[in-house]
Amino acid sequence: MPRVPLDWLAEHVDLPSDLTVAQLAADLVRVGIEDEEIHPAAVSGPLVVGRVVEYVDEPQKNGKVIRWCQVDVGAHNDDGAPRGIVCGAHNFAVGDSVVVALPGAVLPGGFAISARKTYGHVSDGMICSARELGLGEDHTGILVLARLGLEAAPGDDAKQLLGLGDAVLEVNVTPDRGYCFSMRGLAREYALSTGARFTDHGLPRSPAETRPAGGGFAIELADEAPIDGVPGCDRFVAQVVRGVDAAAQSPAWLRRRLEQAGMRSISLAVDVTNYVMLDLGQPLHAYDLATLAAPIVVRRARAGERLVTLDDVERALDPEDLLITDSPAGSGSRILGLAGVMGGAETEVGPATRDVLLEGAHFDPVSVARTARRHKLPSEAAKRFERGVDPRLQRVAVQRAAEMLVELGGGTIEDAVTDVDETRPAAPVRFDLDHPARLVGVPYTHAEVIETLESLGAEVGPAQDGVVDVTVPSWRPDLSTGVDLVEEVARLRGYEQIDSLVPTAPAGRGLTFEQKARRRVAQTLVEAGFVEVLSYPFVAPDSHDALGLPADDARRRAVRLANPLADTHPELRTNLLTTLLETLRRNVGRGLGDLALFEAGQVTRPEPGAPAAPDLPLAVRPSEDELAALHAAVPPQPRRLAGVLVGMREPAGWAGPGRAADHTDAIGAVLRVANAVGVEVGLSADDHAPWHPGRCARVTLPDGTLLGHAGELHPQVLDRLELPARTVAFEIDVDALLAAAPREPVEAVPVSSFPPAKEDFAFIVAETVTAAALRRVVREAAGELAEEVREFDVFTGPQVGEGKKSVALAVRLRAADRTLTAEDVAEVRARIVAAAGEQLGAVLR
Amino acid sequence: MSANAAPVSPLDEAAVHGARDAAIAAVHAARDLDELKTARLAHTGDKSPLALANRAIGTIEPARRGEAGRLVGQARAAVDAAIAERTAVLEAEHAARQLETEAVDVTLDVQRDRRGARHPLELLSEEISDVFVAMGWEIAEGPEVEAEWFNFDALNFGKDHPARQMQDTFFVEGDKHLVMRTHTSPVQARTLLERELPVYVACPGKVFRTDALDATHTPVFHQVEGLAVDKGLTMAHLKGTLDYFARAMFGPEARTRLRPSFFPFTEPSAEMDLWFPQKKGGPGWIEWGGCGMVNPNVLLACGIDPEEYTGFAFGMGLERTLMLRHGIADMHDIVEGDARFSLQFQGVI
Repeated sequence: MPRVPLDWLAEHVDLPSDLTVAQLAADLVRVGIEDEEIHPAAVSGPLVVGRVVEYVDEPQKNGKVIRWCQVDVGAHNDDGAPRGIVCGAHNFAVGDSVVVALPGAVLPGGFAISARKTYGHVSDGMICSARELGLGEDHTGILVLARLGLEAAPGDDAKQLLGLGDAVLEVNVTPDRGYCFSMRGLAREYALSTGARFTDHGLPRSPAETRPAGGGFAIELADEAPIDGVPGCDRFVAQVVRGVDAAAQSPAWLRRRLEQAGMRSISLAVDVTNYVMLDLGQPLHAYDLATLAAPIVVRRARAGERLVTLDDVERALDPEDLLITDSPAGSGSRILGLAGVMGGAETEVGPATRDVLLEGAHFDPVSVARTARRHKLPSEAAKRFERGVDPRLQRVAVQRAAEMLVELGGGTIEDAVTDVDETRPAAPVRFDLDHPARLVGVPYTHAEVIETLESLGAEVGPAQDGVVDVTVPSWRPDLSTGVDLVEEVARLRGYEQIDSLVPTAPAGRGLTFEQKARRRVAQTLVEAGFVEVLSYPFVAPDSHDALGLPADDARRRAVRLANPLADTHPELRTNLLTTLLETLRRNVGRGLGDLALFEAGQVTRPEPGAPAAPDLPLAVRPSEDELAALHAAVPPQPRRLAGVLVGMREPAGWAGPGRAADHTDAIGAVLRVANAVGVEVGLSADDHAPWHPGRCARVTLPDGTLLGHAGELHPQVLDRLELPARTVAFEIDVDALLAAAPREPVEAVPVSSFPPAKEDFAFIVAETVTAAALRRVVREAAGELAEEVREFDVFTGPQVGEGKKSVALAVRLRAADRTLTAEDVAEVRARIVAAAGEQLGAVLR
Repeated sequence: MSANAAPVSPLDEAAVHGARDAAIAAVHAARDLDELKTARLAHTGDKSPLALANRAIGTIEPARRGEAGRLVGQARAAVDAAIAERTAVLEAEHAARQLETEAVDVTLDVQRDRRGARHPLELLSEEISDVFVAMGWEIAEGPEVEAEWFNFDALNFGKDHPARQMQDTFFVEGDKHLVMRTHTSPVQARTLLERELPVYVACPGKVFRTDALDATHTPVFHQVEGLAVDKGLTMAHLKGTLDYFARAMFGPEARTRLRPSFFPFTEPSAEMDLWFPQKKGGPGWIEWGGCGMVNPNVLLACGIDPEEYTGFAFGMGLERTLMLRHGIADMHDIVEGDARFSLQFQGVI
């Protein structure tokens, strides 16, 4: 994101002399340019210019020769006498101006300077090299100012001279405002925020910038496959500069500005084009003219074409890539670069280059964005082009760069200039002057609206019934509709003007049944001692193996991410237990041994062969068929609920031996949850991974639909997951549960006030007969009189016989309308015994 | 004792009174219910002097039986009264002693059932839902794996616009045009396509971005989205709703500030700052979320005429809200699923 050195910004807009970086940030944020970071000054404390008055070279025992210097640092001299400084380098002479860090200065990297005794002298400061100042890699000797073309008097502030003392603001530019990727744009915004005087350096300022084009290097715009009808390039300015010394060094001020802006100095030609880009926002490219064969042709790539870009990567091109080519062997026969993204190596300006061709073009944002993304080349040029570059800027920018080249590297600008301009001015926006007031809620007058639009560079036509035609400035391609202009009015007049009014919504229906029921479900588990946790949905494919899921298990069919955060975890969970068990393991690993955890959330259950979602346009309501296709492509994401228990359910202690969590706690939790939403579920034995095949309950809804499973986990699964033995768990489908939950008001049954009769039965049945079956038979036999049936004892052993078990049931009978007589009870008892015998082979003990 | 004493004549007033007084003294001397029982048997039992005297009344001359009956009857009544009185006292003493011996240390750990807890993000999400339901809004929901059209196109993200790249999106493999939703905003489009206007909905939910987990970022986080589409809604209504919401979350001093920004699905757009009185190092503004007036292109994508209806939308992160409100310094605590973290949030948080 762009950085804003104050002195550079000041060339475009008047700044108060006491402006701080923090104040600049505050001024810019008011109009929507947020500060990203403030880069602190590279150097603090006294860094001054010194003149070497005299020195003595002193050989040392270690073979080194140190130089004992007397340096005049002007006002910083010690009682008028030069300061004595020890220096290890010898690349300077008496009379040279150098940079002296005095005691108290802090150099880049936190290197603090103090007076210190060394080689038999007190060195009262340090004479600095370029590297010590963070000005480059050159540490072969100290920095002599004259060699940078700088002049200064002893005692002058070297931080200011070298631009080392300035903190620099980096701003975050939202993607709609490409023009703010330049000093020109940021200065304009600063002016709009503060009212400061703005000078638009993007406008022609010399006749050279408006001289008629023609006769220059031949350029052909030959895009045969525009994207969405928009030509890839609609303006191309080319300017030849002859006799340039391309090996000339960029001057210190230029290098400093580039570095303050976060770029490195490369070569004069590259530095100049980058500087103009940072200054005005127009990306430029410099070619070695000698390597070019006219004409330059802007065209799309052909299948199979390849290019080695400036970063030395060979790239296979896509037919959608827009290319800059030239014509050594026929029109467009050689590829020079990816238009607006990156140049190629072959025609790069080198130290031997004498004649330079400067390119300043305007490319289709979409085309550049796609190419930059396709080749993963988010270059500075691409960043600007994809956000939109001012299509009126090319001539001015190319001329500025040409003038700088001549100024810094010599040579002459050819009179002929090429400007292929197929840009068309944007159509004016029809704008209702009341629209801002209507949408923002601030009663802006028409005059205020017009004044604000004009302040940002728009031309407002005459009003007719309060409606005007607004011609937006060329640097604001983002302003294309009425609401865009409303935003400009609101933001430039200030969001703080907006009132605070609570709107009156129509009477609502409150939470839905499902929303209320889901809260109840969670609360029920909390009351049962479960702690809610959340886990990430990303899972590893081998997690299915760890859970022991069969090869054809539907839970193995997962959605995969194209760009997972961790390559090991590319799948989305199809069940909650996978990730909940990982969370459990983390808790156990932290020494929490007795735990009950639960998680409620969506899982993804893709259907085999589901279609891809259609790619539909913006701002158009899809047809019903298209909507159906969208919905069909989104995989089902049922809400599920899972819980795990490990360790002691009740702690052992003074009150008793405690109780370990077992399968009944997992099954009991499901029953509680079902009960909390009024659903009666059925239980049956099941063999279902990852549960223990003999301790797994299949939980079903009254209509037989599978709700989920509960019980003890398979010992091998627990081994593989390194979880404690006897860990128990449940997982159910909450959507299915709530679909079965009664929504009608409960119909109350009158409560009988007649006394109950209590009967106990001890049946001997085959071990395969389930308690559920026995209970059902007893209830059916007792009919309406059965108030409660429950098992109170179960055992096996020699006294009941091989393959048998004894189940004792307590039955409470009660009639709605009378006290049961001994005969009534005897009759029911006989019915129960007979039914259990007939249906289940049960024998009363 | 007195059983072996000389028989008492029912006419011998001194002897009867003596037996009475001896009985009463014995009753009073009894220190517990057992001793009282012994005294009672000795002084009122069949062989006690007063019982014998009573029986002897039948043997004396009829003319004096009345006198004897009164004398003995009064003596026996006095003894019975003393016994009743002493019984009450001793029974009360006994009961008190019993309770005393049954005393326990009530401060011993009674927690035999384990304590449960909701995750604070879920509690916060419900609390926020309640704030909006109280305003008459409804709560909408949507899928986490979402069609790209709902996540981007319907929200006016140009197919090649840089904004689409800002979101650090997880894409589903296989060119299915599916993503993990990067914000709760796709629920806006789903809601507008499904519901009758006007619409006032809040949508809390999980969202996903390709940010690695660190102290302030997590790839899976929660947002709450607000959307209102009605006739005549303005940015003032947006601001009013945000202020109301801020006060509900952070107390009566809280308020919001809007700063110009950019989101494809709103125009005008704003960043929303929260005035946070409890900010570390003194009260100040803190970034809380994004908002704006619904872009007409979003309304068009949902078949709504932007000339007739306007709307506003906002969204903020629940993790950030939770961290601010509860002084949570590190995101790891929120996402790692350590039971101790959730257990801190009991009661109304």
